[in-house]
Amino acid sequence: MAEALLQIEGLCRYFDVSKPWLNRVLEREERQFLTAVKDVNFEIRRGETFALVGESGSGKSTIAKMVVGLLAASEGRILFDGQEMSGTSGAAMRTLRRRFQMIFQDPFASLNPRWRVGDIIAEPIHTFGLLKGAAIRTRVGELLDTVGLSAADAEKFPHEFSGGQRQRIAIARALSSNPEFIVCDEPTSALDVSVQAQILNLMRDLQDEMGLTYLFISHDLSVVRHMANRIGVLYLGRLVEVAEGKTLFRAPEHPYTRMLLDAVPDLALSGRRRKPVEGEIPNPIDPPPGCPFHPRCPLVMDRCKRETPREVPTATGFAACFALEQETAA
Amino acid sequence: MPETTEPLLSVRDLMVEFPTRRGILRAIDRVSFDIAEGEVLGMVGESGAGKSLTGAAIIGLLEPPGRIAGGEIRLKGQRIDNLPAAGMRRIRGKRIGMVFQDPLTSLNPLYTVARQLVETIRTHMDVTDHEARERAIALLDRVGIPAARRRLDDYPHHFSGGMRQRVVIALALAAEPELVIADEPTTALDVSVQSQIIDLLKEICAERGAAVMLITHDMGVIAETADRVAVLYAGRLAEVGKVADVITNAEHPYTHGLMGSIPTLTQETDRLVQIPGAMPRLNAIPPGCAFNPRCDRAFARCLIERPDLIERPGGRQVACWLYDEAQEVAHG
Repeated sequence: MAEALLQIEGLCRYFDVSKPWLNRVLEREERQFLTAVKDVNFEIRRGETFALVGESGSGKSTIAKMVVGLLAASEGRILFDGQEMSGTSGAAMRTLRRRFQMIFQDPFASLNPRWRVGDIIAEPIHTFGLLKGAAIRTRVGELLDTVGLSAADAEKFPHEFSGGQRQRIAIARALSSNPEFIVCDEPTSALDVSVQAQILNLMRDLQDEMGLTYLFISHDLSVVRHMANRIGVLYLGRLVEVAEGKTLFRAPEHPYTRMLLDAVPDLALSGRRRKPVEGEIPNPIDPPPGCPFHPRCPLVMDRCKRETPREVPTATGFAACFALEQETAA
Repeated sequence: MPETTEPLLSVRDLMVEFPTRRGILRAIDRVSFDIAEGEVLGMVGESGAGKSLTGAAIIGLLEPPGRIAGGEIRLKGQRIDNLPAAGMRRIRGKRIGMVFQDPLTSLNPLYTVARQLVETIRTHMDVTDHEARERAIALLDRVGIPAARRRLDDYPHHFSGGMRQRVVIALALAAEPELVIADEPTTALDVSVQSQIIDLLKEICAERGAAVMLITHDMGVIAETADRVAVLYAGRLAEVGKVADVITNAEHPYTHGLMGSIPTLTQETDRLVQIPGAMPRLNAIPPGCAFNPRCDRAFARCLIERPDLIERPGGRQVACWLYDEAQEVAHG
C-alpha cells in the first residue's frame, strides 16, 4: 500500500450565518452557525484518485477549498506529506503550495478574461520563481501541447476557446508548477458529455504520465466510478462511507450510499425498478439530531435519533451507521 | 398501443432562424418528428444543439428576434405555428403544458401557490373559484406535496427545490393538457430528488394520457423514461428511434460516439470513447453533413451533400449517408 500523501483528521468547518448584531438584539435571536463539514477523516495515497461524492450542500467543495487553503478549517488537521498545513506559513508554506493545485468547475469563471492564455498558464511559474526569461515561453508551449492545444494558442484570450478547451487551459495552468497533487472540483460538470469524455481521458493520461494524485469532487456517480480508486460519500457535511470504487458500487454498506446508487438514472436499461427515494436533504442550519440521515433512512432505530454513529470498519474502508455496527457485533 | 392514424404532434421541416447583423443564423434546420398520443419522446443533444428552441418553437415562446422561418407544426392536425397570439394562448397551458428547468423562475415569487394554480385552472376551465381551489388541492396532493390543503397558501420560497418542481408539474397539468413539454425538468435538482421527479412526471402523464416531450442532455434520464428518442446535433436531427435501439445499437456515428462517451455505473472501461473536437457554432456549420469534421467514417459525399433522415428497420430514422441504399451498393 502506498504511503498517504494527504491526511485529513477531524476536519470541521462552521459558517457564521447570523443576522447582523442589531437584528439579533431586537429580535432576540442567538447567533446561528451552519455546519458545512463535521468530523471528516480520510487519507489520500500517493498516485491514487480519491473521490468525494455527495449532493448539493453536502460539503464537497468546502473540503476542497480547505485542502488547498482557500478556506481555513474551524477544527481538525490537514497534513500534506506529513506536514501540517494550518501551522505552516511563510517560506515553508510557499514550497508546500507549489506541490498542490486546483481545477475549478466553471472554466468561464476561473480564467481571467483580460489575460492572454500564455500569461494565465505562466502565472504559477512566475509566482514560485521556477523559470526565467525565454524558458517560460518554451514551458508554456510544452504545457499547451500536453493538454492537447497548440503552442500558438498562448497568444489568444480565453473567450476564443470553447468550454472544453478552457478546461484544458485550466489544467495546463494547474500543471505549470509541477504539482504532485491536484484538487479537481467538479471539473466536468459544466461540460457536455462528449467533451467531458475528452477531459476525463486527458486527466487519466496525465495521471499515468506524471504520477499525479487527485482529489476528485463530483456529484455524478458514473463519472466518479470511472475516475476514482477510492470514494468517500458525504451527507450533510459528514463522511458516511469510504470504500474502494469497485466495492462501493458492488456492495454499498451505508443506507445513504445504497439510496444514492439506486437513484442514478443509468444507460444500462436493466429495467430495474428503483426504490422510491424518500424525502430531501434537510436544511444544514438545522440538521436532525443523531445521525443526519435518520429521517430518510429505511433502517432507522431509536438510537440513530440520539447519537451520532461512529465509523465502523468495512472490507475496504468504513461506514458510519448503527445498523452496520450491530451487524458486525452480532 | 394501437396505431393511430394521426400523431398528436407533428413537426415537419421546422426551421428557426435568428437574424443578426452579420447575417441569418439557422438554429433549427429542417427538423421533422412526430409524437404519438401518450408517448414519451426524449429530445437529447449537447448545449446549443437546439433542444430547448425546438420546445419553445412548438409552444410559441421563441424569444424575438428568433422566428419560425419555415415548416409546419400540427397539433392533432391543426396548424399551430402560424396562430395569432390569442389563439396560441388558448392552446398554451390548456392543450400543451410546460415544465421548465428552474422551478424558481417559472413560479411567481409574489403570488401564493394557490393563486397561481387557481388562475391557471380558471383561465382554461369553466369552474368556480371554490372548485378551482379544490382541484388545486387534489393536484398538489397528487404530485406528492404533504398536507396539500395547508401548503396551498404558501409562497414558492416556502418550498424546497424538489417540492417547487412538483408544484410546477401540478401547474403544467392543471388544465389536463394532451402534451407536456418538459425542458430539463430535473437538471437543477439533486440525484436523489431527480429520480422522484422523473418517476412522478412519467406516472402522472401516463395516468392522464398526456404525451411528453422530454428535453434533456442526460441520456440516463432518457433511458429510464422515454419510449423513443430524437438526437439533435447542430440544429438537425441525427437519429430518431426506440430508446433501447438507439442506446444499445446507435447507427449514426455521432450517437454512437455520444453513447460511448458516457461513463456508466455497470461497465468497467479504461478509456471513454472520445469524439474529437466540439459541436460547430451556428455561424460555422460545415457544408454537407454537420458532423463531418468530427466523423471518423466521413467520405466524399458527406462533405458536399446534407443527408436527410433515412428510414431504417424498426421505425428508426438516421441522417447519415452510410445508410443510403444506393451508397451501400456502390461501396459493396
